[in-house]
Amino acid sequence: MPVAARTDEKADEQAAGRHAAPRNRSGVLLGMGLLASIGVLVLAALLSLGVGSVSIPWATAVGALVDFDGSNEHLIVRSLRLPRTVIGLGVGASLAVAGVAMQAITRNALASPTILGVNAGASFAIVTAVFLLGVVTPSMYVWFAFAGALIASVAVYAIATAGRGGATAVKLALAGAVMTALLGSWISAILVFNQRTLDEVRFWLAGSLAGRDLAVFVQVAPFMAVGLVAMLAMARQFNTIALGEQVAAGLGQNTALVRAATTVLVVLLAGASVAAAGPVAFIGLAVPHAVRTVIGPDHRWLVPYAAIYGPVLLLCADVLGRIVMRPAEIQVGIITALVGAPVLIHLVRHRRLADI
Amino acid sequence: MTAGTPLPSRPVRHDGRQQQRVIRTARPPVSMRVRPRALVVGGTATVLAVALAAWTMTLGDFPVPLGQLMATTFGAGTGEYDFIVRTLRLPRTLAAAGVGVALGTSGAIFQGLVRNPLVAPDIIGVMTGASVAAVALIVTGGPIGLLPVAAFAGAVGTTSLVYALTWRRGITGNRLVLVGIGVNAIMAALTTFLIVRFPIERIAPAVLWQAGTLYGRSWQHVTWIGIGLLALLPAAGALMPHLRAVQLGDELATALGAHVERSRAGLLVVGAGLAAVAVAVAGPVGFVALMVPHVARMLLGPLTGGVLLVAGIIGAVVVLASDLIAQHAFSPISLPVGVVTAAVGAPYFLFLLYRTNARG
Repeated sequence: MPVAARTDEKADEQAAGRHAAPRNRSGVLLGMGLLASIGVLVLAALLSLGVGSVSIPWATAVGALVDFDGSNEHLIVRSLRLPRTVIGLGVGASLAVAGVAMQAITRNALASPTILGVNAGASFAIVTAVFLLGVVTPSMYVWFAFAGALIASVAVYAIATAGRGGATAVKLALAGAVMTALLGSWISAILVFNQRTLDEVRFWLAGSLAGRDLAVFVQVAPFMAVGLVAMLAMARQFNTIALGEQVAAGLGQNTALVRAATTVLVVLLAGASVAAAGPVAFIGLAVPHAVRTVIGPDHRWLVPYAAIYGPVLLLCADVLGRIVMRPAEIQVGIITALVGAPVLIHLVRHRRLADI
Repeated sequence: MTAGTPLPSRPVRHDGRQQQRVIRTARPPVSMRVRPRALVVGGTATVLAVALAAWTMTLGDFPVPLGQLMATTFGAGTGEYDFIVRTLRLPRTLAAAGVGVALGTSGAIFQGLVRNPLVAPDIIGVMTGASVAAVALIVTGGPIGLLPVAAFAGAVGTTSLVYALTWRRGITGNRLVLVGIGVNAIMAALTTFLIVRFPIERIAPAVLWQAGTLYGRSWQHVTWIGIGLLALLPAAGALMPHLRAVQLGDELATALGAHVERSRAGLLVVGAGLAAVAVAVAGPVGFVALMVPHVARMLLGPLTGGVLLVAGIIGAVVVLASDLIAQHAFSPISLPVGVVTAAVGAPYFLFLLYRTNARG
């Protein structure tokens, strides 16, 4: 009898599993996947160190890091490609995790620092700081980036919630687009009058990992680190708030506090990224969706996976930019926009968003 | 009733904003509703536009007295001011007015079509598409005379792309907006690519064009915008009933017999066409198409034919005022008109926010 019952239970469980919510991956599988992903990340980093207008074999590239001997190739790797790779790692992780967080708390598949105007706010603040106020050290203008990102986020959310219906996906996207256009016009206004400024800033505005030195990254890295760790800690909260406002409140979560804290963290991550590499588009949109398709909606896994695949995507885009028009380069921000915008369009066409 | 005598008009509704009068004549057979308030607002706006235009034309390095200005404009002047007025200032002012009308009407159509007050041709790809084509022409050193053509082609091409990508057994306003934002990003990335690719001397004029400028507009430009308006404004007027039907929502509109898809396509063509003509003449002047319909709706209520017309006139007022400020407020520096409209955009939005929240 007990044997028969157990078999029945197992059959029931299997049947239930088939009808239950899909993608209930086991923790072990996901953990192993995470380790494998770190391997992918290392590969991407090596690719970034090795590929460029001068082809450098991987062995030499690794040698440049561990056994520097002053040769030309080692110099290229150390002074040009290493900063690029490191900044790519930081910026990719920050933007991807910021995207995950924004999508969780707005419950909007289209939320990302690009679309909701956060990057634009940080960019405008930095352009103002550097070219109108003469602030040149990154550790100083990063605070402007935070301020700009915060004001832009708040303004976008305020505009989107105005009127009936609250902040729907479309209204948020529109408010973000308007904010981006507005800030873009203001940046244009600053640039129209000063050709020298235009010459310096046009590369930065494209979003680029090149031409930065490690000192910049070192100054913003603490903010990125704090933001990433805090996001990891908040992953459970994201799971809860993604269930819906009333459900989360009913489960005892202080949703206003979670939202406020997440906004601060997003501003930290996005602001630091823009200060390091300029406005890089769509990483925060594409990576969360790609990762979520494979590993499911559990934020305790989403955040670390996004933190790994964000840099993978960014470094691959950077490498692509280096090889497509050899020996010239295409800035990484242009590549991510050209790749990420079709992702957005695909999402809009094929995903059932509530009000489309 | 004898022929030609108008039937007595009587107020149809009487709830403040919606008061209308019916005008009906037996011969010629005319029957229409007119809102006195719309006429009043439209008339005031027209007077304001004319006043701004005249004022702008009297100012400058060579001030022109008002009397001489009037005379020269209508051909009876002394000839002393002919060059200044008729070759330099009049075309610019007319172009400004035309661009304003086009942008205001375009914005009103889009906002009605998508049923969302935050949408405008600036952000769903029409203007950025024009930018790519125009910037490409400028930085590759192509013939500047083709600039309006390039801009127009870019705008129209991008709108077609957005429409094609939105189509999935019909289009919905929300999907149109989101696809538009995506295409906008692609076009912006392509423009950025051009801007970082070419040397600074070539891109400086491109960046200036991108700010939206009325500098050096000639009679050629006025002809362009005039033709565009003549072709598209009557079309917009004819499509107004369709716009009102679409605003009711798909199911209700279809039940009322409107061809929803065709109406939407037609409205999109007209709206995008107006924006494309405006961009061809003055570059991407931002925020006019976004702000002006709000003002028109605040004054007159929901979108009707009268509101559309008034939105156009208010658009002309806004662009003329912006051009006045751009040319003369910071003398001797002359700003691109797009900079002024962008500068005004922000406080306007805050005001809009305050009003909407205050109204609850």
